[in-house]
Amino acid sequence: MPTVAPLDLQGHCIAAVFLGDVPHFALADGTIHRLDHGHKTTQANDGLLAAFHDAANDRLITGGEDGKIFSVTAGSNAAELASAGKKWITSVAAGPQGAVAYASGKIAFVRFADGKTKEFLHPRSVEGLAFSPKGMRFGVARYNGATLHFPAANGKPVELEWAGAHTGITFSPDGAFLVTTMQENALHGWKLADGKHMRMSGYPGKVKSLSWAPRGKWLASSGAPAAIVWPFSGKDGPMGKAPLELGTRGNAMVTSVACHPSQDVVAVGYDDGMVMAVRFADAKEVLLRRPGKGAITSMMWDKEERRVAFGSAAGDCGVIDISA
Amino acid sequence: MSDAQTTQIPVTVLTGYLGAGKTTLLNRILSENHGKRYAVIVNEFGEIGIDNELIVESDEEIYEMNNGCVCCTVRGDLIRVVEGLMRRPGRFDAIVIETTGLADPVPVAQTFFMDDDVRSKTRLDAVVALVDAKHLPLRLKDSREAEDQIAFADVVVLNKTDLVTPEELSKVEATIRAINPAARIHRTTRAGVALSEVLDRGAFDLSRALENDPHFLEARDDHDHHHHDHHDHDHHDHDGHHHHDGHDHHDHAHPSDIHDVTVQSVSLRGGEMDPKKFFPWIEKITQMEGPNILRLKGIIALKGDDERYVIQGVHMIIEGDHQRAWKDGEKHESRLVFIGRELDAERLKKSFDACQAA
Repeated sequence: MPTVAPLDLQGHCIAAVFLGDVPHFALADGTIHRLDHGHKTTQANDGLLAAFHDAANDRLITGGEDGKIFSVTAGSNAAELASAGKKWITSVAAGPQGAVAYASGKIAFVRFADGKTKEFLHPRSVEGLAFSPKGMRFGVARYNGATLHFPAANGKPVELEWAGAHTGITFSPDGAFLVTTMQENALHGWKLADGKHMRMSGYPGKVKSLSWAPRGKWLASSGAPAAIVWPFSGKDGPMGKAPLELGTRGNAMVTSVACHPSQDVVAVGYDDGMVMAVRFADAKEVLLRRPGKGAITSMMWDKEERRVAFGSAAGDCGVIDISA
Repeated sequence: MSDAQTTQIPVTVLTGYLGAGKTTLLNRILSENHGKRYAVIVNEFGEIGIDNELIVESDEEIYEMNNGCVCCTVRGDLIRVVEGLMRRPGRFDAIVIETTGLADPVPVAQTFFMDDDVRSKTRLDAVVALVDAKHLPLRLKDSREAEDQIAFADVVVLNKTDLVTPEELSKVEATIRAINPAARIHRTTRAGVALSEVLDRGAFDLSRALENDPHFLEARDDHDHHHHDHHDHDHHDHDGHHHHDGHDHHDHAHPSDIHDVTVQSVSLRGGEMDPKKFFPWIEKITQMEGPNILRLKGIIALKGDDERYVIQGVHMIIEGDHQRAWKDGEKHESRLVFIGRELDAERLKKSFDACQAA
């Protein structure tokens, strides 16, 4: 039977992550809470808007209303990495070799590990940011498509066009595919080798959470009464294939998904606060947490694959232990 | 519904050309002692002299929706900022959006109808247009935006009235009326309108929309008043309504005789409507004429229905709901106004008439 160690906080949880195996919860007011032999709190941004878990460096990159970028490491050590001015930071990402990207208005910034920063101005707002896992390359989600930059070189960016507003972006773990979330209820994908389009639509709501399964064989998504899991093992991605629908509920929407680090299992969080684990092979469901006060906004598995940290829009966060 | 509405944060949109007085009004909203806290979304920090951590600068981003509807545009930046603000809702009671002088108010308004997340947490309260009494004639000559802002407004603050003669002022006001017969107009200097006339208007709230201004359709139909007046006696009719057969009781479109005005309004008036005819009609009109319709508002008397039905729309988006029971003696009359461009008034009138219950 899974057990839940609750942590009741005041406010919207943006990110629930493990840093140094300790669960950390970053709230919209910029406070970072951790469960480390008791509840401890520190302050990062004055108002948190975007957060990205940098697995390679075991840190959380945050961007906020104060126009600042922080790096938060285990023990809630928050260090300011950069400042972009008075405007809100809309998106942050971490990439290879300690590089960090952040966006404010129409500008995407890349900060290399040595502290040098490069700016990339776009004709329209930068909506989402992601680094490719291979090489020094990052993608920008924008109106009518995505733009790929090579910040270490001075080459021209690659433009990928698809009509509509693209709001979020992710590369597959092998770097072969690029997928964006859209303002309408759909995902769009490109096979980067040949630019082939992949349309993934039919969602009743906006997709706000994406998670790649181990080795990038599947992409799990929110935005429906079930976790919608697209097969990416073929060379053309999910084209011509139906997605899995896992953890279907009649009266709730999936708001957050987090794939297991090594097995084909996904943790599914719903708008009523329930969390389930569902296996891809047979769609078998295990209840991890009963409904709570708010929609699940963020989840992460720990390295030992034993615990899931979760955060909610109402602040009722916690850690699920599935080994107990 | 009512529970959800009480927690929805009201949003006021301020439009108007540079120099019309938006910043003055905004500074008053932020500094006057009205006991409410406002989050303000601006295009540039500019001249707002008030130090307020909840002034958010945002780049105007107009996104066309990928649904094949050419007029379905939203403001992508507002979706993001409103979502960010609403994650910390305890900090403010209402939101004010200041648009740039050249901004099209329609995508701003449509954002609050088309985006589910925004719609679930906020509600559009009213669109307020500030107009410079002295420079409006010039603005109308050189831009379509100035006209759109007035056409789209619920409240027009006719500012800087001290800079014009009384004759000029009446002319400017007549121009505004010609563009938008449904808006409330306040004459001011230094944007000195009572804030209660600007904030918390409920102009898009179907239960309040037309209560604010019971005469909202009557401003331009002077020649129609003698019909209207004698309707007052009609409530003695047993069926509670009166068919106007043979009377030309409709207010025709007013392609304005004022120069540089391209927006027109079509006010329609009729008796009880057959719901089986009216709903498909309004659906079809907004689908076909949507790009030309800036706003539509109406009170509809449906045959066999003892409640007033109110309807409003922006381009192709329409919504309607029962508002309240008809009062004793209240005339079961349908009224509908379209504000837009290239509207075929004759055809609208004929097809509207055809929806009346037999």
